Amino acid sequence: MSDADTQKAATPRLTNAPAMTQDEYNRAYRDMLLIRRFEERTGQLYGMGLIGGFCHLYIGQEAVVVGVQMALKQGDKIVTSYRDHGHMLAAGMEARGVMAELTGRATGYSRGKGGSMHMFSKKEHFYGGHGIVGAQVSIGAGLAFSNKYRGTDEVAVAYMGDGASNQGQVYESFNLAALQKLPCIFVIENNQYGMGTSAARSSASHALYRNGEPWGIPGKQVDGMDVVAVRDAARIAVEHCRGGHGPYLLEMSTYRYRGHSMSDPAKYRTREEVEQMRREHDAIERVRKALLELGVSEQTLKATDDEIKALVADAAEFAQSSPEPDPAELWTDILVEA
Amino acid sequence: MSTQVLMPALSPTMTEGKLARWLKKVGDVVSAGDVIAEIETDKATMEVEAVDEGTLARILVAEGTDGVAVNAPIAVLTADGERDAGGDAPAAAAMPKVAAEGSGMKEIADRASEAKTPELARTVPEKDWGETRSVTVREALRDAMALEMRADDDVFLMGEEVAEYQGAYKISQGLLAEFGDRRVIDTPITEHGFTGLAVGAALTGLKPIVEFMTFNFAMQAIDQIINSAAKTLYMSGGQMGCPIVFRGPNGAASRVGAQHSQCYASWYAHVPGLKVVAPYSSADALGLLRASIRDPNPIIFLENEILYGQSFECPTDPDFVLPIGKAKIEREGSHVTIVAFSIMVGVALKAAEILAQDGIEAEVINLRSLRPLDTATVVESVKKTSRLVTVEEGWPFAGIGAEVAMQIIEHAFDWLDAPPTRVHGLDVPLPYAANLEKLALPQPDWVVDAVRKLV
Ligand SMILES: Cc1ncc(C[n+]2csc(CCOP(=O)(O)OP(=O)(O)O)c2C)c(N)n1
Ligand SMILES: [Mg+2]
Repeated sequence: MSDADTQKAATPRLTNAPAMTQDEYNRAYRDMLLIRRFEERTGQLYGMGLIGGFCHLYIGQEAVVVGVQMALKQGDKIVTSYRDHGHMLAAGMEARGVMAELTGRATGYSRGKGGSMHMFSKKEHFYGGHGIVGAQVSIGAGLAFSNKYRGTDEVAVAYMGDGASNQGQVYESFNLAALQKLPCIFVIENNQYGMGTSAARSSASHALYRNGEPWGIPGKQVDGMDVVAVRDAARIAVEHCRGGHGPYLLEMSTYRYRGHSMSDPAKYRTREEVEQMRREHDAIERVRKALLELGVSEQTLKATDDEIKALVADAAEFAQSSPEPDPAELWTDILVEA
Repeated sequence: MSTQVLMPALSPTMTEGKLARWLKKVGDVVSAGDVIAEIETDKATMEVEAVDEGTLARILVAEGTDGVAVNAPIAVLTADGERDAGGDAPAAAAMPKVAAEGSGMKEIADRASEAKTPELARTVPEKDWGETRSVTVREALRDAMALEMRADDDVFLMGEEVAEYQGAYKISQGLLAEFGDRRVIDTPITEHGFTGLAVGAALTGLKPIVEFMTFNFAMQAIDQIINSAAKTLYMSGGQMGCPIVFRGPNGAASRVGAQHSQCYASWYAHVPGLKVVAPYSSADALGLLRASIRDPNPIIFLENEILYGQSFECPTDPDFVLPIGKAKIEREGSHVTIVAFSIMVGVALKAAEILAQDGIEAEVINLRSLRPLDTATVVESVKKTSRLVTVEEGWPFAGIGAEVAMQIIEHAFDWLDAPPTRVHGLDVPLPYAANLEKLALPQPDWVVDAVRKLV
């Protein structure tokens, strides 16, 4: 493998070409804002006891999933871990159904039987929502296998955390995907921590994007707080995979503002660290600024904010007013009736 | 409009906490995400972030207050430019509509007992499939895969040594030549990874057959089998099924020691969301494997290495298939019911022959499927014989015999003339030495002795 195959540098771009068109910026802004507002509301409903169990918010990491999604096309498959609300919204799943699953209602995507960590949508090609750290990575290789087996040009994206990237099955999957040249984009969302353990304390490799090198999997480290950089890197990965060249690895440097889950006292990092990330690197602020520079008015942005706010309020209302699942649901969906 | 800030729950179990500190004061403008206060629970100190933006109009709970109930209003925010209406309490957040106390509980109970009650309708006699010929279990398994792969392009086989080597136990002989390497896939020795890959493929609707060189190695992949394959249909509210077959030899082979000689029947049979099938004869192998490949659910298909080379009569009808969940009465009798599966069916049949010489007629039931378990057939038999002996190669504790006996206690207790008895492998890791190994695995005379104690 040549040095050029794994790159730490940001994707090169023509200096005077606009990074994104205004429409693209609009979409990125809208999609990221939807995730942020949705997650804030989720935190609130959790605080009110309307959402139970483990609940992992995606606040801070929005640019990763939104940027990758902008490089995909209809039919591409996605799978991720339990920190999945953002992925579902970006994939086009409805805020109402996601929120109603969070509150454990019959109208949720899994009819109340999955919860925060387990939602799926055949229609939007979203394959979960997995609670076992690393399990989604082999499953993702299987989604890519299916694309290849069926002779489509679709790709699969398997997201994992920095903590997950230490799991053995991740490397089994790298090997399998490289051997079979599967169209699989492995995305490591390096938010610097796996629960309370910093990436530096959990991985002897400090360049996760290079972790596919032994199998010849090209890797790239990307500023995951910059939706443009994410989108551009994802495009390269998608092109590589669609071209039949096998898997690709993207390491997104990102940050989660909130705790690991709702019950995380966050003693492993300082408030200053979090504040600094928010202040200096916030992905949504960055796009907001870009839009203003492109001449979009504050008013227009406010209209988007209001639209998103209403959408999220509607989802929250739907999720609170929907009925709980019928007790008979206990016994359905255990087996497919042959 | 003003909004109340409520005391948040920060863990599934928190009911109250201390409002330790306010980080904003009345009159401050806050935006969503700003930390406005700190609260303490018995476990930790946590931050309260504003969800809405506005001006902090009033603080309702002073800092330092202990025992603030979750969901109690702690402050009021007003939207920009608006004035706090004072005592006029904003609408409290809607609480979930919890199903009325007691309602639904009866249905749940009904449903639960319904699920436990076997259909006690008389079991239908097995269909006569006509002409038969003698084939080995090995050939029957191969034929089952070949027939289903010819019929459905979504079916493929993957595992270690299944393609070029023709199978570690030569089960996949000839399949690579016929179907090519797109559909007969050699994997590296990475059970966890390739099982997860196959599960992912199955979630998209493909129908993988995963061969484990032996089921001992599937322990490396058991997380994917149970957490991903068995539970996804339920967790997805029925959206995403997992049509997959996990097959390979299970249980003791011969002199291969403890790590290569375990029966996993009760491990998998424990799990809702799986079907567990254990063929004995060539007909079982052919008919049940075809049914398993066609079944839209994850199937654990437990073979036995020692049976691979044995020959049995097997129907030649190209449509031959067997239903999953139906036991087979291998031999009729009226004095005792012997229930077995896989290679132990042969042991039970040998025991029945010995017993017949003494005039004891044993009914031998080949379970064929462990989940679903054909309780009805066993119950019907015990109602006739009033005695039950279960035979399994695996360990006794929480084993299949324990489950079958419990089913009989639940459903045919009044018909029993003697306590149900288990014959099983000894409760030890399987030893290597020839004599010790033989002493650890059920032999026909163990079954004979068990029956003699009952009749
Ligand atoms: C196999 C397994 N081990 C442990 C856990 C508990 N656990 C859940 S999330 C987590 C940390 C994972 O961190 P990372 O992969 O970095 O993802 P992030 O939460 O940062 O998104 C742990 C240890 C689990 N769910 N599964
Ligand atoms: Mg992490």
